[in-house]
Amino acid sequence: MAVGRPLRILVAKPGLDGHDRGAKIIARALRDAGFEVIYTGLHQTPEMVAEAAVQEDVDAVGLSILSGAHLTLFPAVVEELRQRGGGDKVVFGGGIIPDEDVPALARAGVARVFTPGASTQEIVDWIRANVPRRAA
Amino acid sequence: MTRREWLEKRYRSEKERDVRFSTVSDMEVEPLYTAEDLPPDAAERIGVPGEFPYTRGVYPSMYRGRLWTMRQFAGFATPEDTNERFHFLLKQGQTGLSTAFDMPTLMGYDADHPRALGEVGREGVAVSSLADMRALFKDVRLDRVTTSMTVNCSASALLAMYLAVAEEQGVPWTQLGGTIQNDMLKEFIAQKEWICPPEPSLRIVVDMIEFCAREVPRWHPVSISGYHIREAGSTAVQELAFTLADGIAYVEAAVKRGLAVDDFAPRLSFFFNLHNDFLEEVAKLRAARRLWATIMRERFGARDPRSLRLRTHAQTAGCSLTAQQPLNNIVRVTVQALAGILGGVQSLHTNSLDETLALPSEQAVMVALRTQQILAEESGVTNVIDPLGGSWAIEALTDRMERDAREYIDRIDGFGGMVKAIDAGYPQREIADAAYAYQQQIDRGEKAVVGMNRYQVPEERPTDLLRVPLEVEQRQADRVRRVKRERDGAAARAALQRVRAAAESGENLMPPLVAAVKAMCTVGEIADVYREVFGQYRDPAWL
Repeated sequence: MAVGRPLRILVAKPGLDGHDRGAKIIARALRDAGFEVIYTGLHQTPEMVAEAAVQEDVDAVGLSILSGAHLTLFPAVVEELRQRGGGDKVVFGGGIIPDEDVPALARAGVARVFTPGASTQEIVDWIRANVPRRAA
Repeated sequence: MTRREWLEKRYRSEKERDVRFSTVSDMEVEPLYTAEDLPPDAAERIGVPGEFPYTRGVYPSMYRGRLWTMRQFAGFATPEDTNERFHFLLKQGQTGLSTAFDMPTLMGYDADHPRALGEVGREGVAVSSLADMRALFKDVRLDRVTTSMTVNCSASALLAMYLAVAEEQGVPWTQLGGTIQNDMLKEFIAQKEWICPPEPSLRIVVDMIEFCAREVPRWHPVSISGYHIREAGSTAVQELAFTLADGIAYVEAAVKRGLAVDDFAPRLSFFFNLHNDFLEEVAKLRAARRLWATIMRERFGARDPRSLRLRTHAQTAGCSLTAQQPLNNIVRVTVQALAGILGGVQSLHTNSLDETLALPSEQAVMVALRTQQILAEESGVTNVIDPLGGSWAIEALTDRMERDAREYIDRIDGFGGMVKAIDAGYPQREIADAAYAYQQQIDRGEKAVVGMNRYQVPEERPTDLLRVPLEVEQRQADRVRRVKRERDGAAARAALQRVRAAAESGENLMPPLVAAVKAMCTVGEIADVYREVFGQYRDPAWL
């Protein structure tokens, strides 16, 4: 393991909604917390997100979605990652996501879902505690 | 005692609470405003209602003459579901319709497109073809309501469909009243639903301004919107400045096309956000009117008073609502709506208390509408025109918002106008910086969000949320496939070809678009023509 290598996180916006306020705030907060952050930009397909995650060799993928399509798109990202040998990357997400959808997302392989009101510090702390640094 | 003397002799020795006295946009405010804060020409700058510079309102009688239009934004699932919600809202006393479309429609994809997967009918109503539009407005007489349609990059196709439905109802276009948002510049700045790059997007907007000025004279072909700029995290001043700068860009483009300013400017309308900070929001709306009137007169030489009047819809701030203790949102919405009313808006949407969790339930929408009705009919604030006018604080803040916004507009002029500023990423970065700064203030507890970063209680999230069943997607995809199968294929292809020819030649797109939607060409097919002719815009992904 490369000692001291900062965690690399892909912040991604799958789907068609253009609400990037949250994703950009999280990306900046993670960068300020010392992580290496790559931001995909808007309107990504699950394939594009997974491809970027593998290409960029990230440790974790943070997904943001506010269009209500999370039950379709989050599992699709996890599946696309697996198909590309990126199944070990931690996937987490946030957005307008009802609590009752969280168990289904967990079963699909989404490690944690942050809902409205989560602070950036909470997300930083969770990543530090739950995202292992992958072997270089 | 002058204000300075009072500050030094009386105020400074008093104890202040240990907080930063600043607006939600972090603009610091004075402890006290007095007549000394007003400029020598204050009386002229404030004026009277219905007269230049319209600080006190665009009409002489304001709400004594006519209340604002109560217009709740609605749209979800199938056109039939949304049509039912429309009829419910009209029965509850709502006075205008406002349509929310789903993400695929907003981005120019049909319900059966792979990119639409999981998104159909979720955030608004799915409309792919004229068949959907007919169902959406079933039993709604289009000459008896005014309709607002929130759609931008695919607006030209949706307006064409609305015009086709009116024709089928026997309603002449000259009797159609309503608004299509169609503000592409703020899409690149904030809301970020687009098809092609800024230049061709602007050209399509001008096509619609030109067409409506001629054929649909009571229609508002563009609603110049600050709402989304604010929701993306801007300050109040940025919202004001970027919105008016977008307006300047549309007027410049239309004048360049050869239109006379007074032939189209009376049909430009606006859309502002109403956030939590009461005084700041009232001042913003008053400053907006004065600035726009001055810009239209001085910069564009408009003579018709209707060209000078900034008429605006407003909506309470979705981004201010909390998932925690959602009933508190009713109170936030009330304060925000009151700021809109005292700011003199012409039309209002009040948000529903459950919007941070899902699409609003019927009950939540009813409370939101009742909030407006209580303010309109019980509170008494509608009896006096601009009751806050002449308040030293309000007038001083109005002056300050105007001055600060002018500085931003000058900076945008320095880029060579808004399109150039967008290409440089300037407004986008300003907003992202403000959004991040505000989030940090919330995270540090410097800005209060009651129930979220203070006064928390353990609670369960409600589970009786409005959910859109997954079958909707299948149903809408099947419908658009059937439309494509059953139409006259050769006629549809020829109609699309005429749209392409107009896109390429620079001829106005609207007439061939109306013909194309009547030939059952779809939103996705029309957007594909745009993508092919103008190229596809991609997010520069600036952080």
